[in-house]
Amino acid sequence: MLPSLGYGIIVITFLVTLYSVAIALYGENKKDGAMIESARRAMLITLPLITIASAILIYLLINDRYDVEYVWSVTNRTMPTYLKITAWWGGQPGSLLFWSWLLSVFTSAVTLRKWDRDRELLPWVLVVTGATLAFFLALNVFYENPFKLIPAGVPTPLDGRGLSPLLRHPGMIIHPPAQYLGFVAVTIPYAFAIAALITGRTDDRWIRITRKWTLWAWLFLTLGLVLGMRWAYDVLGWGGYWGWDPVEIAALLPWLTISAYLHSVMIQEKRNMLKQWNMILIILSFGLVIFGTFLTRSGVLSSVHAFAESEIGPLFFIFIAFTFIVSFSLLIQRWASLKSETEMRSMLSREALILLTVLLFLSILIISFWGVIFPLLSELFTGSKVTVGPPFYERATGPVWGALILLMGIAPLSAWGHSTITTLGRAIWKPALAALIFPIVALVSGITNWIALSGFTVIGLVITVTIREFFIGIRARSQNEHLNENYFAAFLHLIKRNRRKYGGYIVHISMVLIGIGILGIELFQTDTQQHLALGEEIELAGYTLRYDRLDQFMHEDGRRITRGEMALSKDGVYIETLAPRFDLYPDGQPMTIPAVRSTLVDDVYVILVNWEGITRESTPFKVYHNPLVKWVWIGSYLFVIGILVAVWKDEDKKKV
Amino acid sequence: MKKLNILILLIILTSLLAALPVSAQEGDNEVTDDEVNAIARELFCPVCENTPLDVCETQACKQWRELIRTKLEEGWTEEEIKQYFVDNYGARVLSEPPKKGFNLLVYFVPPIIILIGVVILFRAFKEWQGDNDYEDEDIETLEATEPETSENDSDANDYMAQFEEELKKTK
Repeated sequence: MLPSLGYGIIVITFLVTLYSVAIALYGENKKDGAMIESARRAMLITLPLITIASAILIYLLINDRYDVEYVWSVTNRTMPTYLKITAWWGGQPGSLLFWSWLLSVFTSAVTLRKWDRDRELLPWVLVVTGATLAFFLALNVFYENPFKLIPAGVPTPLDGRGLSPLLRHPGMIIHPPAQYLGFVAVTIPYAFAIAALITGRTDDRWIRITRKWTLWAWLFLTLGLVLGMRWAYDVLGWGGYWGWDPVEIAALLPWLTISAYLHSVMIQEKRNMLKQWNMILIILSFGLVIFGTFLTRSGVLSSVHAFAESEIGPLFFIFIAFTFIVSFSLLIQRWASLKSETEMRSMLSREALILLTVLLFLSILIISFWGVIFPLLSELFTGSKVTVGPPFYERATGPVWGALILLMGIAPLSAWGHSTITTLGRAIWKPALAALIFPIVALVSGITNWIALSGFTVIGLVITVTIREFFIGIRARSQNEHLNENYFAAFLHLIKRNRRKYGGYIVHISMVLIGIGILGIELFQTDTQQHLALGEEIELAGYTLRYDRLDQFMHEDGRRITRGEMALSKDGVYIETLAPRFDLYPDGQPMTIPAVRSTLVDDVYVILVNWEGITRESTPFKVYHNPLVKWVWIGSYLFVIGILVAVWKDEDKKKV
Repeated sequence: MKKLNILILLIILTSLLAALPVSAQEGDNEVTDDEVNAIARELFCPVCENTPLDVCETQACKQWRELIRTKLEEGWTEEEIKQYFVDNYGARVLSEPPKKGFNLLVYFVPPIIILIGVVILFRAFKEWQGDNDYEDEDIETLEATEPETSENDSDANDYMAQFEEELKKTK
């Protein structure tokens, strides 16, 4: 009964969405405001409808309704309720429904806004978001029905298969929603861009309306990446957080285009240039979001054969191809009207450097995208599979990331319109001199690797240049007798006055902090694996780990836990006891849970190497020494703060 | 008697010679996990997707690591072991495609596309600069005419302008 109701509601929502799209098109054609209003209301109805369908699914998940295939496949009786709720996005059909729900939330929020100034954009925004929503709902309706019952005649299973243990980590519970929020939010600026193309309102109005949407999208895309990294670090037990896996790259690609877009829109707003670029970037972002959703939801990249076997795989590609064809033909039609009104005068002007930034982001995009699809092409054309692994990406994108950081240090000093070597040099020499502290400190602490030293130099430059930017503003405020502000008040007011600019600078700082962590782990990670008997020790990077204890016990949810204890000490001084674990789930799924001691300087990361076979006499441990990796997480927190500063409501609304 | 002495000497010598490589090999015989992992991490599991062999948890991978250990004990070099895996399981076990044939595309296509992008961008620049292409002298005069505050760059000026505006309001 309930499952049928749930499915029925999805079908109705699908039809309502189609109606909304059709009536919006028809109403626009007839210039009939009532019809467009009808389309708007239809779109608003989709949210309560999908919410009810999702609530039914959650109800079924919580109440162990194993006669529903999806419930059976992602939950079991031992799972706590909160995990059963998160199983909503734990499998293919449910996560597609989750996607539709998020899109519906966003679309409703957009539909509810005041449209008086932008009435002509409304029908087209409805059409684009509606068509996207209809596509995802269609996948649920025709291929991946979350309410599908188990075949008739088969007795209802007593217990479900349960959520994959890998997905039971807190990081994995919030990682997918964050990732999806980021993905889905990109749809909104895309819809406005297309509406602008169709209506010919190619000024920067669409960019101004969607600015905050794009920032939110960027925030969640970043959160999705960071939470995924954190989860990998805490749960996967291979000593790192990023393995250049196709699924990871799929999440990185739209982040790259949105990062590029956020920079290039500044040029359009300030100098009225690069309108075509911004259109291309937002169209690419949307395509990559769909591509990313699709990759993360299917094992398609493992083989071309998996792709052919997947029912929804080809549909995704048809949808992407369709959006690209429509978007780019619209763009070509409007190409002339998007031509720049002003011109670029100097290669060192702010706009030129930002354009270079965009180019660098796109270079990483090209390298990564090519690396992801190459194994498929190779299999298709030569029949033999190849792996494109981390060394490829690190070598190819490493210098590009470095150049991006360098530009972060230089671009804020260059002037809009016109800069020369002399003006730039005059602005940069002081911060550059101060930045030398970073490589000097590194040298003193014994680092001689030239990549690290140059990396720390550019990172230092970004930090000093950004601090200088803050300082100039603060000094101007505090030295003014009318304001009479102390430095702290001046700092707060400064940010308040131009949230976007200073939020952006905070993001720059956060990025280089992440850069410090990446340099640390990429260049200086060491590890060792040894079989130990009780009482024996491992030494690594000045630390000593003594193997003290091994316990094995059953957890109430059926896991068999093997837990080792190691006393960590440095120079003979005891620091703490680390307890790496190995959990074996009832379904045979193993989990290697590392124990980590983390400081600002380094992490000591220990795992029980269960795959080598654990015995009391000879227990295999693997220890990683990960210098500076904590800065990745510190940078990530700061990044979130930076975006929140940028996205926060301006107190005076006169700007937009 | 003398002959016997020579014989004994010969036996001692030969056994010493024979023993030399043995003892050398014994040193190598103790293959550590780290030595195995050093090679395993550069290889990708032939059955699981995108998992380096040193952290792969499957039984098959465990056997492959044992294989690496055995080969190392037999005195194989890293290159030989990698080649052995490539011969048996295909190029996919390598972390990067071998640089030959079709696979060259993976290395050449991105730089070519990026280069094309740079060229297009550069030409666009030239086009943008168009007629008012500054000569060096022009730039110098331009700099000379720039106001003193240019040191603080235009952003600071932006800020100051905004700041003045704000002040007017507060007065």
